[in-house]
Amino acid sequence: MNSKEKNNIKNSYSFASTAAYFFIAPALLAILIFFFIPVIAAFVISFTDFDIYALGNFNTVRFVGINNYIRLFEDPLFWLSLKNTSYYVILATPLSIAVSLGAAMLLNSKLLKYKSIFRLSYFMPYVTTLVAVAIVWRFIYHPKFGILNYFLGLVGINPIDWLGDPNWAMPAIVIMSVWKSFGYSMIIFIAGLQNIPEDLYEAASLEGANEWQKFKSITLPLLAPTTLFISIITIVGYFQLFAEPYIMTQGGPLNSTLSIVQYMYQEGFRWWNMGYSASIAFVLFFIILIITMIQFKVQKITSK
Amino acid sequence: MKASKLISLIIFILFLVLFYACSRNSDKETTIKFWAMGSEAEYVTKLVPEFEKRNPGIKVKVQAVPWNAAQEKLITAFASDNTPDACQLGNTWVPQFTYLNAITNLDEYINGSSVVKKENYFEGIWDTNVLDSLVYGVPWYVDTRLIFYRTDIFERAGYKQPPKSWAELYDLCKKIKALYKDEEKYAIYLPTNEWPPFIIFGLQNNASLLKDNNTRAYFNSREFKESFEFLIKFHKEKLAPIGISQVTNVYQALKDEYFSIYISGPWNINEFKKWMTGNLTDKWSTAPMPSKSGEDYPGVSLAGGSSLVVFKNSQHKEETWKFIEFLSGPSTQIKFYNLLYNLPAVKEAWEDSSIANNIYTKAFYEQFNNVVATPKIPEWEQIAFSKVQQYAELAARNAMSIDNALQKLDKDVNQILEKRRWLMSVEDE
Repeated sequence: MNSKEKNNIKNSYSFASTAAYFFIAPALLAILIFFFIPVIAAFVISFTDFDIYALGNFNTVRFVGINNYIRLFEDPLFWLSLKNTSYYVILATPLSIAVSLGAAMLLNSKLLKYKSIFRLSYFMPYVTTLVAVAIVWRFIYHPKFGILNYFLGLVGINPIDWLGDPNWAMPAIVIMSVWKSFGYSMIIFIAGLQNIPEDLYEAASLEGANEWQKFKSITLPLLAPTTLFISIITIVGYFQLFAEPYIMTQGGPLNSTLSIVQYMYQEGFRWWNMGYSASIAFVLFFIILIITMIQFKVQKITSK
Repeated sequence: MKASKLISLIIFILFLVLFYACSRNSDKETTIKFWAMGSEAEYVTKLVPEFEKRNPGIKVKVQAVPWNAAQEKLITAFASDNTPDACQLGNTWVPQFTYLNAITNLDEYINGSSVVKKENYFEGIWDTNVLDSLVYGVPWYVDTRLIFYRTDIFERAGYKQPPKSWAELYDLCKKIKALYKDEEKYAIYLPTNEWPPFIIFGLQNNASLLKDNNTRAYFNSREFKESFEFLIKFHKEKLAPIGISQVTNVYQALKDEYFSIYISGPWNINEFKKWMTGNLTDKWSTAPMPSKSGEDYPGVSLAGGSSLVVFKNSQHKEETWKFIEFLSGPSTQIKFYNLLYNLPAVKEAWEDSSIANNIYTKAFYEQFNNVVATPKIPEWEQIAFSKVQQYAELAARNAMSIDNALQKLDKDVNQILEKRRWLMSVEDE
């Protein structure tokens, strides 16, 4: 290859990369304008006391340094909302994974007929509007007339005031949101299950392994990447808990279902304390970032 | 083929825009934009043709804004310079929009008006629109809170008349509760997600709520504590249900005698009419609030309702004012009442037989002569909705002592008012 040819290749390469930038420019620009600039603006706002007075007269904005963050760490409502959200995530994530994996395995079974009907009906809650779902669940949970308490009554359990008792409100939200969202993880699990070669199971059967041993030694390890993926998106999604309590309980009773995002929304869009609200957003961002980093670390260690 | 179609579509749209722009320029018509909330928007459009007929050259465009998103939408509109010419504003929001510098002072227009005059309105209601002795809104329709009750249950408990004092109210509730023995029924509904009763009883006991020119909380005062204790007593003695989840439908609950007294507003008159049917039709009524001693009956309640405001950015203030005058005329007010049953703000309208003969509105007329405004500061909504309700719930559920709850309430409210204190100190310098 002579130098002229080399030059030609180099030129065409640089031309190609310029063209590539040109092609992605609109998308980049959109991300810049609609994502990075607002995020940076929010970050700056979180160091000010931007509020309703500031909307009327910009001169009343004060730069308060990290005061919002200090106030946040002294705010019992923030800690309560963090506690509530963590409680929700800890309760709902394993439950959601177990339910969706179980459903996926049942749907993947060769014995099952009319698979698509089941798959559709399990997936249905995920694509149904939450507002409609929440209204129906409010009836299900009604302490006097709810069907859930009726069934519990049949087995001799006293009626529970699901949404009115501070101890039961969050578990009630967990049950509803797991029911609502497990269909999505289930579909991903089904895809993961179908990727496991059938001959592994056949070989195990020849060796005399029972169903539990097959599940433990073949299904679970080979599903590990899928499970990790699902647990990350589930946790990240669950940390942003908002609509369920917003519609079902408005954060009550006694703020026992107040989530971080809901607290942020209240402070920001109900009371227009934008500065304080932005600081809540960034704390939530760092929490989710740290959890995701831990999960990736765990994945690296286990894959070695 | 496709490209040419697209081009012709674009040309067509451009034409439309051009046509629209031309048609607007050629007319000498002014269009005023009016935002109204909920069903008011739907019904006010029925009044508009009459106005347009009387005022050729002025067109009114009504836009509906849902109540629960109204404040958010208005503030966003203000932030982006997209405010309408006029709008309906809950009168507790008037201070907020005045501080935002969004709405215009109306004194000049009122002084020159033969229709809108202070003496035509209920004093307490008019006052909600006044800040630093300047008027920023004209009352459109009014509401307040008073007692909705079951007449038959009152009679069974030995009360021919609604209670006139706190002591009577308490005694009556005890007697109602006794009617049901072990049944899970209550006398009164005082849900902790509705702050007005907690504030009303405080005001009846002359509590000042805030102090130092509304820059500091004063809920821990002797007066407020007394009234707060009085209300929480109903929860503690099981005269009122503690939770709010049992009552998914207040109308059904009143029908089922789950409770017999509910403190609410005029928007519920028609709802109760719809629910209390059959042999229950005449088994309910309304009554003014009791007062503490009973001597100065009826006791004070809150001055609520909606006002009409003009935005500073409006280019057609004169025309907009004409529309407000039209909506404030007694005949329009009566028409609006008959469409939607919103109680008219203009006193003269109450003389019309359609209102005067309504047995449920009578109590409201009495009550409107004794109503006061809540503190006129932009932070009030947050204080009432998030803080008063939060600590009322904690106290009602016995999760916190009353002393502790009120101290914490003061602390939280002082935090909210920090900016206001700072602004006042800057102004003084």
